[in-house]
Amino acid sequence: MKQKITLNNLKIGQSGKIIEIHNEESIKRRLLDMGLIPGTKITAILSSPFRDPIAYKVRNATIAIRKCDSKYIDVEEL
Amino acid sequence: MKKRIALAGNPNVGKSTIFNALTGLHQHTGNWPGKTVAGATGEFKYKNQEYELIDLPGTYSLISHSEEETIARNFLCFEPYHAVIVVCDSLCLERNLNLVLQILEITPNVIVCVNLLDEARKKKVSINLSLLQKKLGVPVIGTEARKKRGMKELLEQLHKLESEKYTPTKVRYRKETEETIKLLENELKKIDLKNLSSRWLAIRFMEQDLILEQEILNYLKKPFPKNIKKIVIERKKENSNDDFVSEIMKKAEAISEDVVCYNNSCYDERSKKIDRILTSKKTGIPIMIIILMLIFWLTITGANYPSSWLFQLFSNLETNLIHVLSYMHAPSWMSSLLVGGIYRTLSWVISVMLPPMAIFFPLFTIFEDLGVLPRIAFNLDKGFQKCKACGKQALCMMMGFGCNAAGVIGTRIIDSKRERLIAILTNNFVPCNGRFPMIIVMISMFLVSASNQIASFTQVLLLTAVILLGIGMTFFISYLLSHTLLKGVPSSFVLELPPYRKPQILKVIVRSIFDKTLHVVGRAIIVTIPTGFMIWILANIHIENTSLLAYINHFFDPFGKMIGLDGIIITAFLLGFPANEIIIPIMIMSYLSLGTLTDYNSISELKNLLIDHGWTILTAINTILLSLMHFPCATTCLTIKKETGSLKWTLYAMIIPTVCGILLCFLTTLIFNLF
Repeated sequence: MKQKITLNNLKIGQSGKIIEIHNEESIKRRLLDMGLIPGTKITAILSSPFRDPIAYKVRNATIAIRKCDSKYIDVEEL
Repeated sequence: MKKRIALAGNPNVGKSTIFNALTGLHQHTGNWPGKTVAGATGEFKYKNQEYELIDLPGTYSLISHSEEETIARNFLCFEPYHAVIVVCDSLCLERNLNLVLQILEITPNVIVCVNLLDEARKKKVSINLSLLQKKLGVPVIGTEARKKRGMKELLEQLHKLESEKYTPTKVRYRKETEETIKLLENELKKIDLKNLSSRWLAIRFMEQDLILEQEILNYLKKPFPKNIKKIVIERKKENSNDDFVSEIMKKAEAISEDVVCYNNSCYDERSKKIDRILTSKKTGIPIMIIILMLIFWLTITGANYPSSWLFQLFSNLETNLIHVLSYMHAPSWMSSLLVGGIYRTLSWVISVMLPPMAIFFPLFTIFEDLGVLPRIAFNLDKGFQKCKACGKQALCMMMGFGCNAAGVIGTRIIDSKRERLIAILTNNFVPCNGRFPMIIVMISMFLVSASNQIASFTQVLLLTAVILLGIGMTFFISYLLSHTLLKGVPSSFVLELPPYRKPQILKVIVRSIFDKTLHVVGRAIIVTIPTGFMIWILANIHIENTSLLAYINHFFDPFGKMIGLDGIIITAFLLGFPANEIIIPIMIMSYLSLGTLTDYNSISELKNLLIDHGWTILTAINTILLSLMHFPCATTCLTIKKETGSLKWTLYAMIIPTVCGILLCFLTTLIFNLF
């Protein structure tokens, strides 16, 4: 059984598959629009100097997400 | 008849570049999401057909989040147009196709333009354009807009679009969802939907986006059939909003998998390496400051020489001008007005303000084009988070370096209304190009004169410190606002970091000098002439042997002295409201008309003039502080009024920085007097 964690716990360089997004509706919409839908592969690639936000590679784009948002996104470690 | 064509697409995919290539205009493009916030329009002609092209703000989807996305969405839904060109980034086709599929639900008249093919080629990504066309069912054109490649094909396609028949692909949802769509469509068809597609409307109703529903209502000017709400509620269980987004995205994914081929799996290694240096814990912030200092150093040292040449040139010309005037037997009051009033103020504005601007603008633009700005926003976001503000505010601040009015318009990229207001109210803490040279002049005249390398380095350090003070104030005031006037929960911050792109240096230099610098100086000149005229009048109309200017000076002098300045400086700041570029020239003119010195040939003589009028280091420091922190210029205030729609917030935007400036000046004066 693969480990289920929240996106903010993904280490830099590590990849995961999005399972579910629990954010508040408007934020969730924004994330979905940027291609973060369940089943999508997401890789943590870059940390900002203060360790928050973290930039992720999703569908070939680099997207920065704050920890307070990413902790509501469930991913399966890959 | 003129045909209207809209340019749509994700942010930062080169829409503006295509816009420029087609219309021959010079809309500035930048490498960060949200550069085009206000839609630009241009015209062009092809094969005897006139076209009007509208450059829409970039948007990820048609469900709007921010002001600029609403602009794009409402245009595509409710405005009349012949066709939409949807521009896609070939390196990120999957997500771009998401928008294409959404637009195809609104209109079949779509041309898909796969741009940035040159970048894809460089990164060994190949795209099967003919297969993509077959899958989408609408024409697909590959372009490299920066090199103007593919523009002919795009024009040709536009030309023959209406004569060809296309059947755009449709996203099919789950069986239950499709059934509901059918039911709603049947109801909707009972009323006149104008040009709106019934399928698209049905889906929007199922999403229950109340704001959009209201917009549709306003557009149709007719109530919706009653059954609609009933059907939506009855069948709510079977449908989930996320399905719409997911299904479209899945289709985009499937198409992209078929047409895109990555021949090199680690194609973005170099980008990654640069990113790691620019954003790492140890080097991220220092590198940002070094970049800032580098730009300042080049601006200060570079501006010195042209500044003194211009100075010399203008004072030589002045002698000739006086000769000409006396040759023409012009009355002495007239030559005094023309030379002493208007000409001198004008020559000051040009020789002091033009060189730093002409250097700073292009340098800044080069970094903008590289794609450094979103990384700065990324680095600084934690700070904004602590202030309960949005990290994108950093992007607006950087636009503020060019012009605060532009910075205020730029805040449209911020989703939350509260966070946007914070960004608007604090934008003025970043000195714009009009105030920037003023700070430089003060530093080089009074604090450190550039006699050698070390001195010029100290100048840069001081200037950087001033800018960092402005940035610090931005954070401080944002924090205060978030905890007082603008309380609220922080919204999300989702920012795309675009790939680095090579700036077109020559083009940047030419364009920023012609479009920006000359524009700004032009504006300053327009304001200078009446102001120079006015100052001359004030200085030359005497009541009981005292000029009006002296009266005003006396009036403001006690207050000025209290905060380490004087009446003239306060007057200059007030008169500089139309354009900050003229504050220093106003000061100089006022001192000249009050004092005995009537001739000057160099900056050092001007320094003497100021010292004669009681200037000390404190005066210079406080002038710098006040120029960093006082009410925004007239243009910016008007923009704030327009963007916020509220006089109250405009007043706050004026009061907040002014109060900060006065308090700080008061503080420095107190400290200074202690020693």
